Amino acid sequence: MDDLLRDFLTESNENLAKLDNDIVELEQHPGDIARLNGVFRTIHTIKGTCGFLGLTRLEGVAHAAENVLDALRAGRLDVRPELIGDVLAAVDCIKMVLVALEQTEAEPEGDDLALIARLEVWLHSTDQPTAMSAEPVHEEHSAPREAAPATDAAAPPWDGSDRRKNGDASVSESTLRVAVEVLDKLMNLVGELALGRNQLLQLAASEEESSFAKPVQQLDRVTTDLLEAVMKTRMQPIGNAWTKLPRLVRDLSHSSDKQISLVMHGAETDLDRQILQAIQDPLTHMIRNSADHGVETPAIRRAAGKAEMGTIHLSARHEGGHVVIEIVDDGAGIDVARVRRKAIERGLVKADVAEGLPDAQVLRFIFEPGFSTAEQVTNVSGRGVGMDVVRSNIDAIGGTVELSSQPGRGTTVRIKIPLTLAIISALLVGTAGESFAVPQIGIVELVRVTEEQHALVENVHGAQFYRLRETLLPLVPLRALLRLEEADGIDTYNIVVCQVGQARFGLVVDDVFDTQEIVVKPVGRMIKHLPAYAGCTITGDGRVIMILDPAGIASIAQVASTETRDEAEQAARAAERARAALQTESKESVLLFDAGFPALQAVPLSLVARLEEFPLSVMEEADGHFLVQYRGALMPVVAANASMDLRSVELCPVIVFSDRNRTMGLAVKEIRDIVEDHVQLQRRAARPGVLGVAVIAGRATEVIDTDHFLRHAHGETLTPCPDDEQADLEIPVAA
Amino acid sequence: MSNTTMSAPAARMPAQLEYVTFRLADQWLGIPVMLVQEVLVAMRIARVPLAPDAIAGFLNLRGQIVTAVDLRKTLRLGPRQPGAEIMNVVVLQEGELFAFMVDEVGDVVSVANDLVEPTPVTLDPRWRAACTGIVRRERGLLLVMNVQEVLRLEQPSG
Repeated sequence: MDDLLRDFLTESNENLAKLDNDIVELEQHPGDIARLNGVFRTIHTIKGTCGFLGLTRLEGVAHAAENVLDALRAGRLDVRPELIGDVLAAVDCIKMVLVALEQTEAEPEGDDLALIARLEVWLHSTDQPTAMSAEPVHEEHSAPREAAPATDAAAPPWDGSDRRKNGDASVSESTLRVAVEVLDKLMNLVGELALGRNQLLQLAASEEESSFAKPVQQLDRVTTDLLEAVMKTRMQPIGNAWTKLPRLVRDLSHSSDKQISLVMHGAETDLDRQILQAIQDPLTHMIRNSADHGVETPAIRRAAGKAEMGTIHLSARHEGGHVVIEIVDDGAGIDVARVRRKAIERGLVKADVAEGLPDAQVLRFIFEPGFSTAEQVTNVSGRGVGMDVVRSNIDAIGGTVELSSQPGRGTTVRIKIPLTLAIISALLVGTAGESFAVPQIGIVELVRVTEEQHALVENVHGAQFYRLRETLLPLVPLRALLRLEEADGIDTYNIVVCQVGQARFGLVVDDVFDTQEIVVKPVGRMIKHLPAYAGCTITGDGRVIMILDPAGIASIAQVASTETRDEAEQAARAAERARAALQTESKESVLLFDAGFPALQAVPLSLVARLEEFPLSVMEEADGHFLVQYRGALMPVVAANASMDLRSVELCPVIVFSDRNRTMGLAVKEIRDIVEDHVQLQRRAARPGVLGVAVIAGRATEVIDTDHFLRHAHGETLTPCPDDEQADLEIPVAA
Repeated sequence: MSNTTMSAPAARMPAQLEYVTFRLADQWLGIPVMLVQEVLVAMRIARVPLAPDAIAGFLNLRGQIVTAVDLRKTLRLGPRQPGAEIMNVVVLQEGELFAFMVDEVGDVVSVANDLVEPTPVTLDPRWRAACTGIVRRERGLLLVMNVQEVLRLEQPSG
């Protein structure tokens, strides 16, 4: 059967089932304009579609009924039983034709002239009372159907019997609309059943050779299947959220004189209807962005050597219990420089920091509220609302969104969302004797911290950070967050690395247990206000445990901002940016120190990781180099002035630099001051290790080249003659 | 607990109401029997960190989550003796189950409506908010508790 016809039949049958009731109600409440409009619309829709499908007989009847209903709406006719009877007869006739259509895919023989004539009589009747009180209708409504005439031979009243005789399920019966509440209730009940099953399983497992073992196993199997089946009832293909997109893209390409084709893959990917609803708007928005900002006009594309027709690929697939949606366009990509500029303009990041940020990080600003890079506000996008809403919508259902872009090649948005919200995969953790569940989707990795590794945890103003592969991960001790009892003597603990939006933090817990599928239950009104929890669940042994909400925890602990700032600053220390930063005239903080040269020396404070003082006793000399055990690693210490003998000082001030993967200490004679000034290099210096001379705080000051020292400290360890300055000079040239 | 009396709709205000009585410290209180779902002996309660003080935690009643409210804390009574017995009066309120933790559950008593007097103005404001009336009995006073109001005392605003 033709898809269009099938849809028409399903939809019409549903509408008609309601129509009978509505018409009867209308008869009882003639003044119910809303209902009258509803009835009119239904008939009108059927009529319209009939014309489209070439179903002339159906169209004729529907048209006549529509005219009568229209007259009712306009007040030219009044609701009276005889009239309603005729309308119902028309509905019956429509149903009859629909049944025949379902069976034969063609309208049945015959005509409905008598019925249509009867309906038309109403339109021409002049003896209609123009005003009629509601009461008489009420008195008469007891037998409205009596007024419905036995329909003429051509259109016998439909009683559904022929269909039942047929036996095989017709189109309209093979699918069934079920109220969402019923499905939710089912889901709940099955959840309960699964909990009971878990308890039984534990009981059965505790006894050896239990006679229950077999039936429990059977129950387990059936429950699992049932759970899956019920989950499926809530599942809908993601294509349902895509239906409007082809039209959207078509309209956009017309209005902006672009050629865009939308290619969709994986429309059949199922996911929970709740989630489907949640992603519908974000998806629409991102497709719109791709079409409006991403894909260029044919002229530009031609000039860039690309096909005039731009393509947006939209795909969905299942991946490890999640659904991954990708939107890939082959457009211009995102102008990172512009994003960087806007971010600075909007005060999201300081200019000097922004310069040092890697592109991937700059792109994240797009998800900040009120951020738009569109130079012009079009009627489609560029109003600066959207991407932040996209992200918050996706965050709300526990999903993640990533964005990557290549200039001139296009942009890729990758969304990862859970399959369902009702049952989630969660990691059970323990702290202070309590158990908690952490949704698996928010977890990036687990880190076990033994006593020896405590050095990797740093304290900054009371906040803790963990040095995880060259990034500083803010730590949130669950114990403190939930104000649980302090425990003493715990030397090994675990960090659950969580991702919330773009931010990462480490949730510190005592123990990590196992991963379980858990049924999420709401926490009720007394607890609902606590952002730390996403719900609660009942474990296999009947305990109630709380489900932690990483997003809520991040907001309580305010780690999101710290993390971004920290990462930003770290990246900004990238030494290769130093020269550029110094050459532009901007006020910045510099650290002044004395290295035993005639002039004072300076280094931008943004490049300094920290200041230390090392006693001679901790300096270890190996192979002509000085090394210090620093934060669990060996850090080379280099004298700022080659003539300085580190062995001769008791307590040596050291400036610690680090770029992304190298750390070093620069030993100096004395640290003098931190000043803020415009740093403008007046003269380039010939001496290696000095960028040039600038006037800082009224004095000629040498600005040192941290990059040189970093290379010196790390690179030169490979060369055989460490004291040879000539060898050192070669390195920057080669690099 | 029998629910046969539930058929009497509250709206019609029968001449008398039945109350489940319970004790907190040395005060007896009553809740209309039709609001009470069941009475439980002490159950394992999973505490909820950061929850309001009187919210003792959650208990698992045949797969349903029940919020346990320690009425001693709600009504600012002192703590129980360690090891003292606790009973739970489970009520259904606006689709949610709550377990009131009390010291002892007494009989179901029938009280004529005209015997329920307004609470004295001298009563502690928290108690006045939680109770709608007072009944003089031979064995002492019985305060009629308003489930909705007592829960409101604990409900975080906003």
